[in-house]
Amino acid sequence: MFDMPLLTIVTFLPLIGALMILPITMSEKEGEKEDSDLARRNVRNVALFTTLVTFLISLLIWIEFDNSVAGFQMVEKYEWIGPFMAYRLGVDGISMLFVILTTFLMPFAILASWENITKNIKQYMIAFLILETFMIGVFVSLDLMVFYIFFEAGLIPMFIIIGVWGGKRRVYASFKFFLYTLAGSVLMLLAIMAMYWNSGTTDISVLLTYDFPPEMQTWLWLAFFASLAVKLPMWPVHTWLPDAHVEAPTAGSVILAGVLLKMGGYGFLRFSVPMFPLATADFAPLIFGLSVIAIIYTSLVALMQEDIKKLIAYSSVAHMGFVTLGIFALNNYGIQGAIFQMLSHGLISGALFLCVGIIYDRMHTREIAAYGGVVNRMPNYAVVFMIFTLANVGLPGTSGFVGEFLILLGIFQTNTWAAVLATTGIILSAAYALWLYRRVILGPLVKESLKTLMDLTGREKLILYPLVVAVIFFGVYPTPIFDVTQASVDALLNNYQAAIERAATQVTGN
Amino acid sequence: MLQVIVFSPLIGFLLAGLFGRSLGAKGSEYVTTGLMMLAAVLSWVVFFSVAYSEVEPQTIQVMPWLNTGNLNVNWAFRVDTLTAVMLVVVNTVSSLVHMYSIGYMHHDPHRPRFFAYLSLFTFAMLMLVTSDNLLQMFFGWEGVGLASYLLIGFWYKKPAANAAAIKAFVVNRIGDFGFALGIFGLFALFGSVELSTIFANVPDYMNGGKDGEIVMNFLGYELDRASAITIVALLLFMGAMGKSAQFLLHTWLPDAMEGPTPVSALIHAATMVTAGVFLVARMSPVFEYSPTAMAFVTLVGATTAIFAASVGLVQNDIKRVIAYSTCSQLGYMFVALGVGAFGAGIFHLFTHAFFKALLFLGAGSVIHAVSDEQDMRRMGGLRSYIPKTYWLMVIGTIALTGFGIPGTYFGTAGFFSKDAIIESAYVGTNMFAGYGFAMLVLAALFTSFYSWRLIFMTFHGRPRGSADVMDHIHESPNVMLIPLYILAAGALFAGVVFYGDFLDYESVGLNEQWYNSFWRTSLFAGEGNTILSEFHAVPFIVKSAPFIMMVLGFVLAWWFYIRSPELPKRLARQHNGLYKFLLNKWYFDEIYDFLFVRPAKWLGRFLWKKGDGWFIDGFGPDGISARVNDITNRVTKLQSGYLYHYAFTMLLGVAALITWSMFGGAS
Repeated sequence: MFDMPLLTIVTFLPLIGALMILPITMSEKEGEKEDSDLARRNVRNVALFTTLVTFLISLLIWIEFDNSVAGFQMVEKYEWIGPFMAYRLGVDGISMLFVILTTFLMPFAILASWENITKNIKQYMIAFLILETFMIGVFVSLDLMVFYIFFEAGLIPMFIIIGVWGGKRRVYASFKFFLYTLAGSVLMLLAIMAMYWNSGTTDISVLLTYDFPPEMQTWLWLAFFASLAVKLPMWPVHTWLPDAHVEAPTAGSVILAGVLLKMGGYGFLRFSVPMFPLATADFAPLIFGLSVIAIIYTSLVALMQEDIKKLIAYSSVAHMGFVTLGIFALNNYGIQGAIFQMLSHGLISGALFLCVGIIYDRMHTREIAAYGGVVNRMPNYAVVFMIFTLANVGLPGTSGFVGEFLILLGIFQTNTWAAVLATTGIILSAAYALWLYRRVILGPLVKESLKTLMDLTGREKLILYPLVVAVIFFGVYPTPIFDVTQASVDALLNNYQAAIERAATQVTGN
Repeated sequence: MLQVIVFSPLIGFLLAGLFGRSLGAKGSEYVTTGLMMLAAVLSWVVFFSVAYSEVEPQTIQVMPWLNTGNLNVNWAFRVDTLTAVMLVVVNTVSSLVHMYSIGYMHHDPHRPRFFAYLSLFTFAMLMLVTSDNLLQMFFGWEGVGLASYLLIGFWYKKPAANAAAIKAFVVNRIGDFGFALGIFGLFALFGSVELSTIFANVPDYMNGGKDGEIVMNFLGYELDRASAITIVALLLFMGAMGKSAQFLLHTWLPDAMEGPTPVSALIHAATMVTAGVFLVARMSPVFEYSPTAMAFVTLVGATTAIFAASVGLVQNDIKRVIAYSTCSQLGYMFVALGVGAFGAGIFHLFTHAFFKALLFLGAGSVIHAVSDEQDMRRMGGLRSYIPKTYWLMVIGTIALTGFGIPGTYFGTAGFFSKDAIIESAYVGTNMFAGYGFAMLVLAALFTSFYSWRLIFMTFHGRPRGSADVMDHIHESPNVMLIPLYILAAGALFAGVVFYGDFLDYESVGLNEQWYNSFWRTSLFAGEGNTILSEFHAVPFIVKSAPFIMMVLGFVLAWWFYIRSPELPKRLARQHNGLYKFLLNKWYFDEIYDFLFVRPAKWLGRFLWKKGDGWFIDGFGPDGISARVNDITNRVTKLQSGYLYHYAFTMLLGVAALITWSMFGGAS
């Protein structure tokens, strides 16, 4: 039925949207400084329309997707730069839902920027649409070089979004963000080149079954780790994230937490585990250690934050600690849980940042101490924020629980120390999240500045309510997600086990 | 039918929660209360049809939940006698509390929200008690925790209420931490979280395998089968300790009294706090295989019983006295479970729900009458003003203190269940059973004393309230009193009516490891566990010990608070240290604050400022960029623009090159 190259369409549709925004003239008369309202409206509408259409078309990918196939589907392949790199796209159970997550979150990001972005809105929307193309590209590319280009290129629009439309310390934050991630990526590029020289191909589907020599695996693993750990971020290379979040505009935070961080986890699943299985087995304890530290350390730090966004940013680091723990548990529950946790965290943290954005738009401060008793003026908002807070602490019945539970169930079978220490996260997360809620939302309304707050507008309801539904729906009925991922996860684990056993017999054979 | 029972509160919650504004306060009240009444009536139908028949435990599937790998968890209900008993307890008390709240919350502007929360709580509690797997039980477990959080913090403008709500949730989560690990452990051992699968596999698992075979590595310890079961049981029990406010994890329960009084009656007396008892009873097929875990349950239960009762002796807040009493009675239940008398534990849970809900709602009626005053020192002499409430409270008290004639079938509900526990502890065989027996007998004295103290301070003597309060004093409306009448009937007669079913041990049990024909497979008696037949045959002095203690407590309370009311003050002055120790609840809050809360905050700030700020950023990005700046600054200085600088540098370079080629390069 769908003979069109769906993946290419979904990937580059946002870019076309960006091209359509480009010719819109922002001021009616020559030399006028202010953008005209009409032009702004046009820009916003084009951006929203583009992201919505992209989302709808991306749903066709889900419909087309065959759950029983473990390998790549909807593969597209065109020769590009000789034998060196080819334009190869495809999705499997691991990557497909990340595409949907990206396209799903984008319209919310655009809507969240509806009124609060007044400066250079044309460039802003273009940056976001380009970013969407790059993000989708990361998840659909089946060629190392293509992947790398998308992976790195995504940095640029985000760097610009933070650096131009960010808060007071936006320049510091954007440089920190850029330098951290770039430092990691350079090593990844070297690793990619080494992989090409060794195997003679950059085709990911070929590399997945290629056996790299054991010592080389170690170096390659470390190089990828450097890049992915920064992206995720893992402790101790996480300090760019709180700064970036605090300074980024609301929509930037949504995309950063919702999608960009997930590229790290995706990278581990796509490259580190299947391509360097021996090194993965060796380094798993290192990951456990870092993950557990991340969970406890950043949860404690989150407890003491004075800035709402920073608190949520730290809680993101803790949640990503669960993800790495799950991936390197290297069993079905851990990996299924990790994928689910990434998707669910995309929704929840995105929603939480949207919630912060809503009161920031009204009060222009993120200081926790500036709030208190918001529920008195904004009861609907309080309910929505409560639901996302609970999802964030992993209350059963929300999507936050499913991932965390599976990860801990999985890691318990691999390493009980890691399991026990990580499980303390459920205590700490309750403490910081509810304390934040209490200080911002509950209590009597005493501050003069808060007495004119208005509850959610129609647009804000349109942003938040679908996310509430999604978070509860996938908490109660996560089966659709597992159906998609199961076959690919099974294959991933089988290949991993086979590689480990092959190496073991080689050692004993010699 | 079970779907209707479980989902009607959910429907009530959704209706009142989403459409509360359009339904209005009255509408929300009637919708939620009506649905609860429906659920309560149906629960009794289920109770009689399940408990008094021969049907096997049934599982009703609702929909799939978590299915991946070997993990197959569905939303499903398990129906057996234990579930049926819990259904009756939860729904009866909940519907009465709903009804009572119509009167009690009359002046509150947020009634739809209140009733929505109450129904949400009931739904979560029902999910907990009907679950056929541990995961759904955990859902209900955390769900009641959430509802408790929301209801304690219902008056969100009160800082104390907000603090208490967070405390309750977080302390409960400490328990949940153990519960979750217990679930992981059971899954690691049995490859399933379904109760029926686990129960079916435990005996084979325990008997199978070689001696000393290692089945699990837990925190570096290599565990054989028996130790693994013990660890799992202890982890599960940690969850029970949190939820049931047992010693060390009890601190949240007294603070939870910040919530509206009907909430205290429903959640913090009759239902939620008994979830821990339910959990241990439900998992009896696991616990029965671990003597160590059972002994630990006894130890914790007995310690809680005496600890909470001792604190209850001196509290002045009417609700806090009852809260500590609840805590203490939960300890009784755990002692029963610990010595293997599961039937007795659940029986006490059942009777306790009636008389403790009665006491709490009665206390609510008192508070309602005296303009929200809770301090008993400002009450006194209320008997003649609110006689109905007075007599209802007295009924609750005689039920709680276990009034009855030893050796006969004449007695209140507490008489049957509590004495059965004390006698079970006497015949119990684990290493803490004797300790349990001694503590429970002593706690019976305390219970009687603080209960009558409450009655005397509140209702007898000279009125100590202000004239203004005494002028406005009024008996509660019928909508509040009718639930009390029903509970009072339960408090008086639930014991004598159900005694035989809950406690009798029949020979049928011996052969099929059935507890008796009432519980059947829902409670498990391990090999040699015949405690429910043994406890009938204790010496008369043991049988009458609780009775003596009860009378002694009554006399003491009468002496202290009616005969010579100046005596307590003098005693408190004489033994100031002890008095302060009890009044301040053994200083648990202070100790925990010092040991956990402050260090966590300090550590959080330290890791943030020093760990992230000074160390990681200092030596990472900020440090590097600072160094780069330093170097570039120096490099810029070199580029001074003066020709002779460059010429001189060039000269140096040429000289160095020549030197190197002469000496180094040549060789």
